[in-house]
Amino acid sequence: MARGRSRLRLPDGTGPAVLGLVPLGFLAVFFLWPVAAIIQRGLGSDGLVRVLGSPDTWSVVLFTVGQAAASTVVAVIAAMPVAFLLARCALPGIAVVRAAILVPFVLPTVVVGLAFRSLMPDGGVLSIVLANAFFNVAVVARTVAGLWSHLDRRAENAARALGASPLRAFTSVTLPALRPAIGSAAAIVFLFCATSFGVVLLLGGARYRTLETEIYLRTVDLLDLSGAAALSLIQITAVVAVLVLAALARRRRETAMALRARTETTRRPRGGEWWVAATAYAVVAALMVPIVALVVRSVSTSDGWGLDGYRALSGTGFRGSLQISGLDAAVNSLRAATDATLLALLLGVSASVVLVSLGRSRAHPGFVDTLDTALMLPLGVSAVTVGFGYLITLDALPGDLRTSAALVPLAQAIVVTPLVIRMILPVLRSVDPRLRQAAGSLGASPWRVWREVDIPLAGRSLIAAAAFGFVVALGEFGATSFLARPDSATLPIVIGRLISRPGELNNQMAYAACTMLMVVTVAVVLLVERLRVRSVGEF
Amino acid sequence: MLKVDGLDVAYGRILAVSEVDLEIADGEVVALLGPSGCGKSTLLRAIAGLERPTTGTISWNGTDLAGIPIHRRGFGLVFQDGQLFPHRDVAGNVSFGLRMPATQQPPPTLGGGPVASLSAEGAGNEGRRGGLWITGRGGESLGIAARVDEMLELVGLSGYGGRRVTELSGGEQQRVALARALAPHPRLLLLDEPLSALDRALREQLAIDLARLLRESGSTALVVTHDHDEAFTLADRVAVMRAGRIVQVGKPDEVWRRPVDEATARFLGCDLFLDAHADNGVLNCEFGSAPVPWAPDGPVTAGLRPAALRVGDGPTEVTVTARVHRRDHVRLVVDTGGRRVDAVAGIADAPEVGARVRLVLAPDGVAVLSRRG
Repeated sequence: MARGRSRLRLPDGTGPAVLGLVPLGFLAVFFLWPVAAIIQRGLGSDGLVRVLGSPDTWSVVLFTVGQAAASTVVAVIAAMPVAFLLARCALPGIAVVRAAILVPFVLPTVVVGLAFRSLMPDGGVLSIVLANAFFNVAVVARTVAGLWSHLDRRAENAARALGASPLRAFTSVTLPALRPAIGSAAAIVFLFCATSFGVVLLLGGARYRTLETEIYLRTVDLLDLSGAAALSLIQITAVVAVLVLAALARRRRETAMALRARTETTRRPRGGEWWVAATAYAVVAALMVPIVALVVRSVSTSDGWGLDGYRALSGTGFRGSLQISGLDAAVNSLRAATDATLLALLLGVSASVVLVSLGRSRAHPGFVDTLDTALMLPLGVSAVTVGFGYLITLDALPGDLRTSAALVPLAQAIVVTPLVIRMILPVLRSVDPRLRQAAGSLGASPWRVWREVDIPLAGRSLIAAAAFGFVVALGEFGATSFLARPDSATLPIVIGRLISRPGELNNQMAYAACTMLMVVTVAVVLLVERLRVRSVGEF
Repeated sequence: MLKVDGLDVAYGRILAVSEVDLEIADGEVVALLGPSGCGKSTLLRAIAGLERPTTGTISWNGTDLAGIPIHRRGFGLVFQDGQLFPHRDVAGNVSFGLRMPATQQPPPTLGGGPVASLSAEGAGNEGRRGGLWITGRGGESLGIAARVDEMLELVGLSGYGGRRVTELSGGEQQRVALARALAPHPRLLLLDEPLSALDRALREQLAIDLARLLRESGSTALVVTHDHDEAFTLADRVAVMRAGRIVQVGKPDEVWRRPVDEATARFLGCDLFLDAHADNGVLNCEFGSAPVPWAPDGPVTAGLRPAALRVGDGPTEVTVTARVHRRDHVRLVVDTGGRRVDAVAGIADAPEVGARVRLVLAPDGVAVLSRRG
């Protein structure tokens, strides 16, 4: 009955359309153009032929796909018991688990890389796979739990009453119902793992290379720009393919089954369910190991416990390995992340408003879907590619942007904006159109309805998105490593530089800086958890 | 006065509302009654400004409302499930419309209903031209607070201003929704199935309260409902709607006693149609005769509701084949010799299944239709 067919009324349509130009314009200049420039460079030179013909390329591609697939499998297997715990169990400490599993996801990649290096000093494929999986358990667990907690338990009960064992009921009723959520989460995780940069760079070194690190190495070390562009082109093609698949899976999930309020579906585990719950707790404990190891390393010195690493942060490291002090880098980090967050909020909110308004008017459903997917592109196109693209294109803009410190927050905003959209959009979409109509009937103009109804209702999500975006920007490594100049380096860049230089003090400084980043991240995650609007939003 | 003239509303190729004419006089309550899917909600939404008519006009005191958006129409809207703003308390909900610029209207004149004097320039200017009854910022909030208290008292929720709307029961939420809609003195109140989400006992109580409230506030209102009890409790006039068209408009007892056709009679509870003959207000049919003053003389069709046939001392003898206990009577299915019809009996003397009983025609359950064909 609730049909808002307002497409013929001019004021309703033009407002969002004008607003939509802001994020689209930004996306065009700071994302599409750099990426297009790379595609052009990749296609236009002999690089593509040379790169495609080289067996080395294919071994890199194979390794990229292989490690991403393995990491995804590990993440999904580890996440399923946790999803069960979050969705189906009424046990004390669930809130802590929810927050705890989110910590790895937002940890800066350098921090995770370093944590696994301290656990597995020999590195190797296993450490890369485990580190990538470590990151993404939360994505799978929370996405799957989101659907699972709303799944009607009575379907399972009916299967049990018909003679199915608990396991059989799970495999024949629950698992098929969860498949869309598992599928879309796995697609996203695969993407994250395939484009993972910091972890692979730190743990794989020159031996294990993915497309992402190969692009970086060719640009920075070998100065083979056309080869790097060709590799970026391969990566973009693959990413778009995966994103389209994920969008299809998501659409199926949205036209999902009979969903229930969460409280109805949780209870204390029974019988064999205790084993699953115990496994989930074990997974959570395992997730904490690298974090604890990192903190322990940060306070260990060659002669017992000590805070040498933390003290050294006020300086420039062993024999002046850095151009700025650790504290200056921390200030740079906070400043860039704040700017990036504000920009991403502006872009993300206006994009969400446009998507919701166009969706409500039901004018161009295909266009809305396309726009929705396009705005997700920066999530998948590697940050390294974006950073690289900036180097190629931004000379053409007025002002000396390429050498400007503003470049870092701009690139970070591109990375953060899709996350903001994914957190705000579902909340705005869940506002009942009749609530807005009620406000209208009371005399509120369309803009006033946004101000008085939609924005306040999405308020908590806005704060959560801001906090979340802030920590992601704080830990951003891929694009920043291209764009930050030595004197404007952020903390993750400084960490990366420190561990590539000799000297015990440098190592300790890196661990101390990681711990500081982690503390800020955890504090923000706990804040987000408190603010979270239950079970809306995708991350 | 609201006037709907030749209105069509289409969704794509489907005509949801077709050739509707309807007038609502100032201070009048009209119920739009019909089965679900008949287009009655669409008609209400078109009047509210939420749907765009394909053809036809909606006007208020002679001014065409086409092009005037919902927030400038000054019409109050109440949904089935309240749709209270969850982020505001009860007072914040009720005061919402009072804080909006376009609906600041002068208070109702003594004895009159909501001010209904829209000039040709449109609704937006009305409040300003009506004179500033609210002056200054302090005075404004004072006026708003007083109006909120007044409204909460009207709906029987005095002192609820500071409560969270999520703590309220369904009935209380509907009362707040009503107070919120009435607070800015709407020219017309539109109620979309206002009681349907409530359970039965509460629904009946609230229907009586709502009827009183609409009378006391002198509101002009359009109520959409599928429940004829509700429509007849609330409305001065009932418009029966079917398949997008209004098929009958009249006072509740007229519609109840003289439905325009068989389909309308069926919707109003008649399930047995008999040839009958009326003479000087006495109806004769195969189940006997009864005084039915609303029957015109001559051959007619009698539409019988179950209550039209009672166990008693009539001419027809039947066999009871089923019985169901209802709240205040026992519903029977009886065999009249090859045909099964519904009848009622008192709870105290209800016959058993298989018993032979006699039926008497009771005028209460009889509707009279013009003779078929």
